[in-house]
Amino acid sequence: MTEHSRLRRVLPHIWLWLAIAVIVFPIFLVFVASTHTNADILAAPMPLKPGPHFFENYRRALIEGSANLGASAWTMMKNSLIMALGIAVGKIVVSLLAAYAIVFFKFPGRSFCFWAIFITLMLPVEVRIMPTYKVISDLGMLNSYAGLILPMIVSATAVFLFRQFFMSVPREIAEASQIDGASPMAFFTEILVPMTRTPIAAMFVIQFIYGWNQYLWPLLITTKEKYYTLLIGINRMLAGADVLIEWQIVMATTLLAMLPPVIVVVLMQKQFVAGMTDTEK
Amino acid sequence: MKKLCALLLATLALGAAYAAPVNIEFWHAMTGKNAENVQLLCDKFNASQSNYTITPVYKGSYIDTMNAGIAAFRAGQAPGILQVFEVGTATMMAAKAIKPVYQLMKENNAPFDPKAYIPTITSYYSTAKGEMLSMPFNSSTAVMYYNKDAFRKAGLDPEKPPVTWPEFFEVAKKLKASGMEGGFSTNWISWIQLENFSAWHNQPFGTKANGFNGLNTELKFNGALQKKHLQTIYELSKDKTFIYGGRENKANPLFSSGTVGMHFESIGGYANFKNTCKFDFGVARLPYYPEVKGAPQNSIIGGASLWVFNGKSKEEYKGIAEFFTFLSRPEIQALWHQNTGYLPITKAAYELTKSQGFYKTNPGPEVAILQLLNKAPTENSMGLRFGYMQVIREIEDQTWEDILAGKISVSDGLDKMVREGNAKLREFERLNK
Amino acid sequence: MSKQYEFPSKGLPYLLVLPQMAVVFVFFFWPAAQAVFQSFFLQDPFGGKMLFVGFENYSTLFEDPAYWASFGRSFLYAALVAVSAMTTALFLAVQANKPLRGAGFYKTMLIWPYAVATMVAGVLWIFMFNPNIGVIAYFLKNSLGFDWNHLLNERQAFLLVTIAAAWKQVAYNFVFFLAGLQSVPAALVEAAAIDGAGPTKRFWTIVFPLLSPTTFYLLVMNVVYGFFETFPIIHQATQGGPGQATNILVYKVWRDGVVNLDLGGSSAQSVVLMILVIGLTVAQFRFIERKVTY
Repeated sequence: MTEHSRLRRVLPHIWLWLAIAVIVFPIFLVFVASTHTNADILAAPMPLKPGPHFFENYRRALIEGSANLGASAWTMMKNSLIMALGIAVGKIVVSLLAAYAIVFFKFPGRSFCFWAIFITLMLPVEVRIMPTYKVISDLGMLNSYAGLILPMIVSATAVFLFRQFFMSVPREIAEASQIDGASPMAFFTEILVPMTRTPIAAMFVIQFIYGWNQYLWPLLITTKEKYYTLLIGINRMLAGADVLIEWQIVMATTLLAMLPPVIVVVLMQKQFVAGMTDTEK
Repeated sequence: MKKLCALLLATLALGAAYAAPVNIEFWHAMTGKNAENVQLLCDKFNASQSNYTITPVYKGSYIDTMNAGIAAFRAGQAPGILQVFEVGTATMMAAKAIKPVYQLMKENNAPFDPKAYIPTITSYYSTAKGEMLSMPFNSSTAVMYYNKDAFRKAGLDPEKPPVTWPEFFEVAKKLKASGMEGGFSTNWISWIQLENFSAWHNQPFGTKANGFNGLNTELKFNGALQKKHLQTIYELSKDKTFIYGGRENKANPLFSSGTVGMHFESIGGYANFKNTCKFDFGVARLPYYPEVKGAPQNSIIGGASLWVFNGKSKEEYKGIAEFFTFLSRPEIQALWHQNTGYLPITKAAYELTKSQGFYKTNPGPEVAILQLLNKAPTENSMGLRFGYMQVIREIEDQTWEDILAGKISVSDGLDKMVREGNAKLREFERLNK
Repeated sequence: MSKQYEFPSKGLPYLLVLPQMAVVFVFFFWPAAQAVFQSFFLQDPFGGKMLFVGFENYSTLFEDPAYWASFGRSFLYAALVAVSAMTTALFLAVQANKPLRGAGFYKTMLIWPYAVATMVAGVLWIFMFNPNIGVIAYFLKNSLGFDWNHLLNERQAFLLVTIAAAWKQVAYNFVFFLAGLQSVPAALVEAAAIDGAGPTKRFWTIVFPLLSPTTFYLLVMNVVYGFFETFPIIHQATQGGPGQATNILVYKVWRDGVVNLDLGGSSAQSVVLMILVIGLTVAQFRFIERKVTY
């Protein structure tokens, strides 16, 4: 074996490790910072080895929260979870029904519904921020889980994915169930939904992450600490009047905020990858 | 919760048939030590009587807090008391959403003598006629911090901080020459180097008594003096005698880490510097240009005041009025002042603090008070009353950064700030006429 | 539109689409109408006064050079984010697609950052590059003598938010490119190899063209991401500064509306942005539909 081909064999490993280093380094720093006191972090440069304050910092972050934030990471984690699950489950249910109607029924206005839904495919809430805020405020949904969840269910990605999948279901199956005298709803719940297991799982992962990582919207509508999500809590810790930022608590909370979605992705990597690439096909 | 239980038990034990105390929410933007003291004041008030409970709630930055208040008002769930930073004053005033404090106090027969307060502080939150619209809460003013250890190292007298701007710039150069990375930095370019600077030199920041006398006011801070001042700072930024550390109070670490030897910051930052600086530092008055007639005048305040929304129940108003009376007590003000570094709002509190010997160990805050009391305020130094002040400050910040980057000259930059700021003022005037 | 079997039913389909349509109407069409409506008014933030001003909010917007500058900046930013995140991801996907020991590990390690919130990415990068306490900023300054100060230096600020945004987006692109590469028929590549084409040539003449649908899809998604979804990074890292160097459109909409309380101006900006996104969506959709029917 020549030198040249040996290099060629090793090179991909080097590149990939390099990429992993770039990805992991910032997170490593967060971890290190979350094990030191604030004074250590502020005395630039901060240490690059983990310090002895791990338990102290995480205990404070989880149970008390940063001084004066008024919400512990524990509470905020609960809120993030409610929001993420609400968005994921809500979107899947609503989208399944809509996709079912659009694919399996012919009705006047179908085309209209289709376009009305699809126009929202990529429309991030960021671009219609103030008006949506006003609507939510008029509906009295500021500082509520409904206000956190419902506007995030709008976008059409899930309808789109399910529609693609339904269209690929052999038409004989639906036909047969019709001949057997099963009602359309029975076909939906007993045959179609079980068949859609994989796309549903994929959608769940994608939407769970999407929901967990929402930032701008909760930032606007949650002004009561009871409803703070983790990301909002982190922001509030970083922005107060005449403050001293408690970096060690911020960093501990940041790590806690990253953990759940990362676990979901790693555990459900297969479904997630399949689902992502299916929306494109 | 615990407190509530205790209260409940106490009530039951007494067998009294009294209703639970009226709960009043107080939304604020204080963090850290300051927040602990907000809690302390509320606890003291709640313990002092049994009819009302004031509940402090942290709402994030000043902007977050104000937005939360606006949103809550629109949703019909406004808190009893809202802390609003000084630049929000004109917006709050124009809104039909508030109950002026002087009215609140009168309606509830609360003892209230506007003359007991420090004039430069109350004037900021009063109408031109002297009617107080909001309750001053955490007031501060801009002062100069200097690193005494660095002064010694550079062969300067640590007990003699520079008094005039020319002296100041010389000292800054010496500090840099002594081996520091930079000479000085400043927070709040707008509030300190333009607003306070103008008041301190008795120069108008805008027409119509800085906006107190009408909405048809125009900005005027692009005068020769301001241009000269910023030009000098800009020149000094080239060799890093001046180091820019970011907007708002983001430059603080430059001072606490010893990168620069002098720094401009609110007196509200005194406690934080005491915690973070590992060196001996002093507080001095803002420098002035000796050739300017009437300088130094008095500096103006920053910080925030407490606003009351309308549409609340009589009971709540009564409770708020009592709370405000309580807050104005000399011993309460003195406590707040000594614990946080924010300024006392009454003269009595200042005298009390002085008699307690507080300034002997903490000379910094007294410097700030004396700076405010330096002279009776003129129409250039009562404060500012401009609509969209938040936007105007943003324009100033952006343009200042453009100046430092060499994209626009100092003179053109100041003209641009005034021009764009005036456009916003016209918009505000149109809407609120 | 659908070649699927269709059930005969009158009321049911309406009942089925009702929840989705309700959500779309209440949280999309109603706000959109609100945006159009409010864009014609000057408004007191407390909801007291409203002053009809016609198209003035729009004319103010379009006559403001800062708005156009923000437009150009947003496009440049989105393009840079898209290009850097996509080329990095494609390169890594090609490496990871080779028969390597530990390929599964590599894939997981490169995919999981997808789960990191954009906001967290902003916090991570600002923590490293904070000129006062950041480790990298300190290293640059004290070991390399490079003065990092993105609070003042526009290019550095722009670079910082671009890298932070691209860093987070690589994982997303990686997933798609890897899937695309795996679906390239091995026989095709082998045939080219037998014909004597080197690996580089094989990649550019055979593999890359086959990836073009993925690339196009990703381009649109990355541009949308850079344009709209990186708000948290700007918000955490630069607040649009220094000057207006990183004041991209979606940050400006938020800032003018929420911080500066200019509801009319912010609404006018929303209307412009919505038209822009809907245009992009239709383009993307046409493309996807065409592919599906093929």
